[in-house]
Amino acid sequence: MKVTVCIGSSCHIKGSRQVVERLQKLIAEKGLGDSVELGGTFCMGKCQQGVSCTVDGEFYSVSPETVDTFFEEKIVTPLTK
Amino acid sequence: METNNTETKQEKIRKFDTKVQYLKYKVLREVAKQAFAGTLPYNVLDIPKIIVPGKTPTMRCCVYKERAILAERVKLAMGGNKENPNVIEVIDIACDECPAAGYEVTDSCRGCLAHRCEDVCKRGAISFDHNHVAHIDKSKCVECGQCAKVCPYSAIQNRKRPCQNACKVKAIKINEENAAAIDNEKCISCGACVYQCPFGAIMDKSYILNVIDMLKKSKAGKCGNVYAVVAPSISSQFVYAKLPQVVSGLKELGFHTVIEAALGADMVAVEEAKELAEKGFLTSSCCPAFVKFIKTQFPQMAEHISHNMSPMGVIARYIKETDKDAKVVFIGPCTAKKAEFQLEGVREYVDSVMTFEELAALFDSCEIDLASLPDSYLDNASYFGRIFARSGGLSDAVAESLKEQGIDFEAKPERCDGIEACKMALLKASKGVLNANFIEGMACMGGCIGGAGCLTHGEKNKLEVDAYGREALEKTILDAVSVTKL
Repeated sequence: MKVTVCIGSSCHIKGSRQVVERLQKLIAEKGLGDSVELGGTFCMGKCQQGVSCTVDGEFYSVSPETVDTFFEEKIVTPLTK
Repeated sequence: METNNTETKQEKIRKFDTKVQYLKYKVLREVAKQAFAGTLPYNVLDIPKIIVPGKTPTMRCCVYKERAILAERVKLAMGGNKENPNVIEVIDIACDECPAAGYEVTDSCRGCLAHRCEDVCKRGAISFDHNHVAHIDKSKCVECGQCAKVCPYSAIQNRKRPCQNACKVKAIKINEENAAAIDNEKCISCGACVYQCPFGAIMDKSYILNVIDMLKKSKAGKCGNVYAVVAPSISSQFVYAKLPQVVSGLKELGFHTVIEAALGADMVAVEEAKELAEKGFLTSSCCPAFVKFIKTQFPQMAEHISHNMSPMGVIARYIKETDKDAKVVFIGPCTAKKAEFQLEGVREYVDSVMTFEELAALFDSCEIDLASLPDSYLDNASYFGRIFARSGGLSDAVAESLKEQGIDFEAKPERCDGIEACKMALLKASKGVLNANFIEGMACMGGCIGGAGCLTHGEKNKLEVDAYGREALEKTILDAVSVTKL
């Protein structure tokens, strides 16, 4: 599974560092390092909806507040199905 | 006509230090305009006449010479002479062949009794005629300038060409035709001569056509996204608009997004601190002019050059890791970057380089009114990455980086402001008498903010860079780079 977080300026201001750090921590805690490839990108062109994230190309709007739910619903659940 | 003149005056005042820069800008703007419209091949020969219409000369002896020189400027705006490896070129016919006689006694010499000039001259080059007026024997004079310093009437002047005066690495010679000629081996492409020549006879080659081509192809879906990487000195440049508007302007031009080269600087600061602690002595590698200077003038010191790429290269490599089809254009104050991006090991990552001068021409060629645009964010780097733009910033960042990483090593930096200071430090270091373990080398005075490709130069630019640095969201280097470690 490929998870990409936008680290461009607009998303950065909205907390992409916190999102990235939290995802790294959660992935490590759940031991999903082998099945999740976490990457960054500069600008997905949806700056209004940042922090922009994609999971295997599917777009999601995430924030430091919603990152835990996002992780559970869009990363853990599909992987454990 | 009058309104036209007033407009022209305002344009110059709001953007440039000199009229030479303004002229160069007009050429770049016209070339860019035609290139965007796809009409350049048809209209290229008309550009000199578009810029100098009518029959009244405004700069030179006649409009024909003005246009002949402009034709040369157009060539440089289109990439210049492909046979010449240097990115800095002399326009022979624009060179005014300034007097270059060296030290001369002027008619201010009063024929005094003291003869301090004679006493101070170690070479015995000064003699006196029957009116007691001093004369310099050119075959003995070594141009030390002592006589000029001691003359109470300031009667001795150094007649040196502005280009030669500007070139502290002594790469400018005078050719058989009495025009300036660049020794490509010695030239570090810093552009000091470009900025200083009062006739605009030395110019940096422009790669704007290459940039415009990528922007057009990208828009048509024929190549990947084009990323603008901007140097932190941009914060002091577009004084007629806010930086967030400049960022919007870049997107209007067709750039996919804008990224701070300062994030690359943060990444460099992390690695350079480790390398310094490991090796114990290092010279910086951020300034390509300084790096070339070491390689050509102090080859014995080359082993100490940091193995890091410059911030430009580091951030471009990272961008290409995140997007393999990305095209990266670096936009900065530097003419030497135009040479750097063509080097092996860098050209894989950086697709083209433009200066702020050229960016201003691109904006105006597309009639983008920056001041009317909404704001876009630009925030990727820390304070420390951003202050790389001014002398001393790199040393501060390396010291901070050592601290943040908990590396037990004390950096003793030698901050070299300008290539002469670099030379002094390298000389001392090569003899083992330099009391420092890190040489921060910046070829331009003041650091990158003094670069030849800047629209404006001056003390206020340093303050602007520092203020911009303090606005950064991330307060530490490690926080800024954390998102790049994915």
